[in-house]
Amino acid sequence: MKRLFAGFLFAAICGPITAKPVIVGSKKFTESYVLGEIAKRALTNAGVTAEHRQGMGGTIILWQALRAGQIDLYPEYTGTISEEILKDRNVTLDEMRSALSRSGVGKTNDLGFNNTYALVMRRSETQRLRIQTIGDLRNHPELKFGLTHEFLDRQDGWQPLAQRYQLQSQQVVGIDHGLGYAALQNGSIDVKDAYSTDAKIAEYDLVALEDDLKFFPQYKAVFLYRLNLPPAALTALRKLEGTLDEKRMIQLNAEAERTKNYDRAAALYFQPNESTSATSGEPLSHKLTRWITRHLELAGFSLLLAVIVGVPLGIVASRGGAVGHAILAFAGIVQTIPSLALLALLVPIPFFGISPRTAITALFLYGLLPIVRNTATGLQDIAPSLRESAVALGLEPGARLRKIYLPIASRTILAGIKTSAVINVGTATLAALIGAGGLGEPILSGLNLNDHATILQGAIPAALLALVVQWLFDLLDLILIPKGLRL
Amino acid sequence: MSALVQLIGVSKNYDGAAALAPTDLEIERGKTTVLIGPSGCGKSTLLRLIIGLIEPDAGSILFDGAPVDAKAMLQFRRRVGYVIQEGGLFPHFTARSNVLLMPRHLRKPETEMNKRLGELSELTRFPTDALDRYPIELSGGQRQRVSLMRALVLSPQLLLLDEPLGALDPLVRAALQKDLKEIFAQLQQTTVLVTHDLVEAAYLGDKIVLMHEGRIAQQDSIDDLRDRPANDFVSEFINAQRSLVSL
Repeated sequence: MKRLFAGFLFAAICGPITAKPVIVGSKKFTESYVLGEIAKRALTNAGVTAEHRQGMGGTIILWQALRAGQIDLYPEYTGTISEEILKDRNVTLDEMRSALSRSGVGKTNDLGFNNTYALVMRRSETQRLRIQTIGDLRNHPELKFGLTHEFLDRQDGWQPLAQRYQLQSQQVVGIDHGLGYAALQNGSIDVKDAYSTDAKIAEYDLVALEDDLKFFPQYKAVFLYRLNLPPAALTALRKLEGTLDEKRMIQLNAEAERTKNYDRAAALYFQPNESTSATSGEPLSHKLTRWITRHLELAGFSLLLAVIVGVPLGIVASRGGAVGHAILAFAGIVQTIPSLALLALLVPIPFFGISPRTAITALFLYGLLPIVRNTATGLQDIAPSLRESAVALGLEPGARLRKIYLPIASRTILAGIKTSAVINVGTATLAALIGAGGLGEPILSGLNLNDHATILQGAIPAALLALVVQWLFDLLDLILIPKGLRL
Repeated sequence: MSALVQLIGVSKNYDGAAALAPTDLEIERGKTTVLIGPSGCGKSTLLRLIIGLIEPDAGSILFDGAPVDAKAMLQFRRRVGYVIQEGGLFPHFTARSNVLLMPRHLRKPETEMNKRLGELSELTRFPTDALDRYPIELSGGQRQRVSLMRALVLSPQLLLLDEPLGALDPLVRAALQKDLKEIFAQLQQTTVLVTHDLVEAAYLGDKIVLMHEGRIAQQDSIDDLRDRPANDFVSEFINAQRSLVSL
């Protein structure tokens, strides 16, 4: 039993990171997904084992993951490199290359298209208000801006743009990129930031406003890679240079959004003549199995760790005193940190970064409080006469705990574990935000694509899973709670 | 032969208030000593001091002529049987498992344990077919019989009973009193029994220790307590209960 336990623990810590393929990362928007998928295919075609962590987050997360070696390459844009990573907008290409190499990172030549930022509006609105350029927005402070969170914070984003153009709009809200298009369509917002190769611009009949003051830098797509990338991988990657123009990229993006399938869009790049319907993506049942398996891994291992750590902590906490209070206070405080913030806080720590490890750690911390608290309460609630009897019989302290106190408190302790399990199954959907997979993956891509069917592919199994977990624990109660306590 | 337990100048305070003033007491071998007195007189404190659930502030307690040090406490407790008012049975164990908890823990041979269980259920008149019931499925009287079996299973040198019949209804109580008297006599068991019921004390006790406000008011046979009370409290206490039953 002990060995089995140790095995589980080992798997929990090492399991998800055993093989060492080339890891491709991508940011949380369609084009980045597609480019990531193209890179993965190019590497695979060249005989290099590659894995794609889709939609891991924004620039900073990807850049840190690359520097820390958690990913080996990801698609990036020259403008973002100068503005966000090097924070020097006048850097030359050579300077950029040598600055990157100091971080152990190399850059390919550009892939052939410029995907700059743009502000977009509904065509009807631009005609009504006679707006053609960003400068024209100055006269319309009543317009509502819905901007992505990244754009709001970027060096080349909203603040300096508004300053440069002297825009006065008071109505600026932060909104997810995919949802922003829906908001723009239904009139909740009037202006949003977009990438000039976004397929949605044509699809929704939007107009990209002219950057008359040439504010936005060039955003040529490149791949950033670790300089220790295997030569075969680098050769395969460089073959992609100069092979994608804007028109082609928009087409691939449109294909990805139409079919909800990045893999298929990437395939289109390699087989331009093949009709798109011929290539079939991964069947839904396979994807579901993969998502659910990963989801259960994340929730299960984190729960196991929470039990292994939480029960002993609860035992110590049940004895009260300064240490007991400190334990309960710590567990309580951890639970008040928003789950997203906890993930974000863990990512920059070298050991964690962008990996299932981080997700498991965050979920483990979340699962701790109910287990610690219920263990402590369950033990404290044992009648003094029973404790006294156990002492008077001459049982050693360890035997008292094992044979008497823990079994008597088992119902309360199991209730705590059940609460943690349900919380973990729910919260594990957030793991997808840091590329750890699970049922959050379809929810996230669905959000990006503004596609309800895809969201439901993740949301429904996640909800069902929570119910099944609840039911399984009710069953476990019957097995683990001694019969004498259930009568 | 010296007394099994000797208390020499033992005292105990709770939050500055004296629960037990410095007290001397001898528990004689093979006899039943009854500690009696009104609530808060210190009789339960005395019992808990003897089994080491609480430590004295002053004085010493000798068991078999030697003090029990902290290291030997576990071994000591295994030589003492202890029964409390509500039985203190563990709800997650059957009657059998409660009784056999310590023998199993000490890895006694299975056949020896079953033999002992048979003897005890006969001795305490506990029906063997109820051995596999959980405490919650037993009556109050049955629970106390199981508790007594658990206390006796390792053949203790000393048996301590803290108001063991206090929560039982009168008929069950009377039956158990009769059985206890037989058991004590049969085993020649050194016993200390705490009660607040003078009739029970008179019936079961060889020596009655009457306590009042943390002190021993008088220790004697029931006849001496009745005929030669040491002070006004003793005669008051005896007379208060005497009016109910003729002694």
